[in-house]
Amino acid sequence: MDSYRKIFNNGLWENNQAFVALLGLCPLLAVSNTVINGLALGLATTLTLILSNATVSLIRHQVGNEIRLPVFVLIIASIVTAIELTMNAYFFELYLILGIFIPLIVTNCAIIGRAEAFASKNPIGASSIDGLGMGLGFTGALVILGAMREVLGSGTLFANAHLIFGDVAKDMTITVIANYEGFLLAILPPGAFIGLGLLIALKNVLDKRLAKPVFQTVNLSLDTKKA
Amino acid sequence: MGTNNMADNKKLMLRAGLVLGLFSLVGIGLVSFTHSITHEKISENERLFVLKNLRELVPESLHDNDLLANSLHVSDPKVFGNEQEVTLYRAFKHEQLVAVIASPTAPDGYNGSIKLLVAIKENGELLGVRAVLHHETPGLGDAIDTNKSDWVHSFNGLSLLNPKPKSWRVKRDGGVFDQFTGATITPRAVVKTVLRTLQYYQKNKEALAQTAGATNG
Repeated sequence: MDSYRKIFNNGLWENNQAFVALLGLCPLLAVSNTVINGLALGLATTLTLILSNATVSLIRHQVGNEIRLPVFVLIIASIVTAIELTMNAYFFELYLILGIFIPLIVTNCAIIGRAEAFASKNPIGASSIDGLGMGLGFTGALVILGAMREVLGSGTLFANAHLIFGDVAKDMTITVIANYEGFLLAILPPGAFIGLGLLIALKNVLDKRLAKPVFQTVNLSLDTKKA
Repeated sequence: MGTNNMADNKKLMLRAGLVLGLFSLVGIGLVSFTHSITHEKISENERLFVLKNLRELVPESLHDNDLLANSLHVSDPKVFGNEQEVTLYRAFKHEQLVAVIASPTAPDGYNGSIKLLVAIKENGELLGVRAVLHHETPGLGDAIDTNKSDWVHSFNGLSLLNPKPKSWRVKRDGGVFDQFTGATITPRAVVKTVLRTLQYYQKNKEALAQTAGATNG
């Protein structure tokens, strides 16, 4: 149980595929122009990661070393195609917006990376958790970057939410800055690069801060004992 | 010794090939299965998507036929200036042509081609223009989208007679159409293609109206 949590946290934070491993940058930079686009691609990627990790783990003893990678690619490509068809059928408008980036999930290095580095060496439960953690970590990165760019670029949040959540979410769009002229740079690719850079810096600062207090409390407790 | 090794290698290769083949089959199976349960829904989605765009330009009250069933694929390099195939959707009421919606592509947008829908009333007046697919710069050229600006609505009611063909240009080129701040290429491309579509309609008006009986249904 504890190790599952460790695996999950590793994917979500410590070894975050976007902020730490810097994998999957192409979809990350291209689709993070709004929260909803980011969330949709993130969830599709997460589903792919869980399914591909589970499948790879399941067959890890049956597939020889020589053909390991082609088999992984086959598995991932089949899963992504199935997901693409499903989105085309049930989330059509979202599918139109995300377009080429759904089939391109196949080329997200994070997926084959996890298959090779984790799922091919671990049992199915741990591999699925790893897929979930890594996927949600990637989704989180997409959503945060998406929120930054959407607020700066067009002054809204959650625009087009109904494409994921149905008509109930039609009014979910929050106008953060009214009568906003828009800041073009944030929506264009350079905005994505700058935003990602800032977020990575922020994560590093947070990691340092998180590491410090632990150290200090230990000192304090020692002090109180002395006193 | 050597032959033994070769035999072993052969066995390994064969095994690897078989495993790979097996996984291809499983993959094909998964994709075919998903396809079989989604393809009806997907083609229905695509049909509705086209229809929704068409309805915005030609309301249902204007016609009594199935717009998609009365479509034609034409090409006329002399008018359009390139080999593109244009789909024409025709709206009839009581077997009389009321409007034609053409889907020409403006090849010369700032970032590649711009797919348009151009709705023309039977008398040659524009019912409306929409940009359905384009990659113009956000914040500059994408003002051709209806949710970004009202620019495409400025075509409504215009025809080859109003304004005169010479004025079917953006203002910078001496015409009557507004360009956008920082983006002249996009509106220039759209204006040019709308004009060509009108000219195509003018040229083929009779033929388009006549085939009504033959293809209705």
